[in-house]
Amino acid sequence: MNNAAILSTVDMTKRYGKLTALDHLNLSVGRGKIVGLLGPNGSGKTTLIKLAAGILTPSDGQILIDGQEPCAETKAKVSYLPERTYFDEHMKVSQLITKFEDFYEDFDREKAAAMISDLDIDLDAILKSLSKGTKEKVQLILVMSRKAKLYLLDEPIGGVDPAARDYILNTIIGNYQEDGTVLISTHLIADVEKILDEVIFIRDGQLMFQESVDDIREERNQSVDECFREVFKC
Amino acid sequence: MKWTINSERPVYRQLIEQIEGRIISGIYKSGEKLPSVRDLATEASVNPNTMQRALANLEQSGLVYSKRTSGRFITEDQKMIEGIKKEMALSEIKNFIEKMNKMGFDRQAIIALIQKEGVTNE
Repeated sequence: MNNAAILSTVDMTKRYGKLTALDHLNLSVGRGKIVGLLGPNGSGKTTLIKLAAGILTPSDGQILIDGQEPCAETKAKVSYLPERTYFDEHMKVSQLITKFEDFYEDFDREKAAAMISDLDIDLDAILKSLSKGTKEKVQLILVMSRKAKLYLLDEPIGGVDPAARDYILNTIIGNYQEDGTVLISTHLIADVEKILDEVIFIRDGQLMFQESVDDIREERNQSVDECFREVFKC
Repeated sequence: MKWTINSERPVYRQLIEQIEGRIISGIYKSGEKLPSVRDLATEASVNPNTMQRALANLEQSGLVYSKRTSGRFITEDQKMIEGIKKEMALSEIKNFIEKMNKMGFDRQAIIALIQKEGVTNE
């Protein structure tokens, strides 16, 4: 197994005009892990994920995916779930599946179709007609049905009910590639912390710390949620 | 048996305790094959790496052993299982006595209460 980081940044800065979203960020994420990207609103979580997905480019410094700067080759290794839907809402579920199949060589159509039929979702349903929770589930199923090296999930459980959250978390645990890494950004820490290996805390575009979740529990005698509340106390 | 994991204590430790609990209560029988890491992780809604860590720990203590290609099995050593059962019971009793002491019961009062409770239960 390759021990080099799947995702790393070197003194990476991202500015939007005068605003600095990420400020000389240095971090490294290993393989085969589920990592939580945690921070208050506006700390730069979504920006970091978009940079890793190759949608944005750094203003300064470097970001490397599997040792390479983002390009067509790295995009093929990255499965990205954006915070907001980018699909055409008039498409049918079945058309969306076909689109993924056309687009991504590592997409497992059978796996996706099986999960969607487990949920009793009609393949002929138009995306627009689905509830918010169902739409989120469908998107997650598609993203997790790829055999990617890096899964980037931006707020995958925001805005869905607790039962749908459990379904989404179990789908993540049950489907990511064994040597793949899952990076999940969220502010719903209590809900996701059980499935994490590590957390990355960022604030104002800077890395605060990166630690194993069981180390936090063991050394600080607190949950990751409590630790977050303490570190980011207003 | 439901997996109950809280977030205050290291998850791998809670998994070890709960797997031990399943072994001593016979849910996982001596000599039987354990489900795969991923299946166990999904069942408990935890990270597969954390489940892996718990199983590696149980392997070290000998309660679980692995066969190269066919997976993990529960020990056939009944004495070992009995030993852990006793250990768990003792630790429960210790906790219980501590609580009772805090409530103001001394050793004799505790024993008297247990005997009375035993009689009414029969």
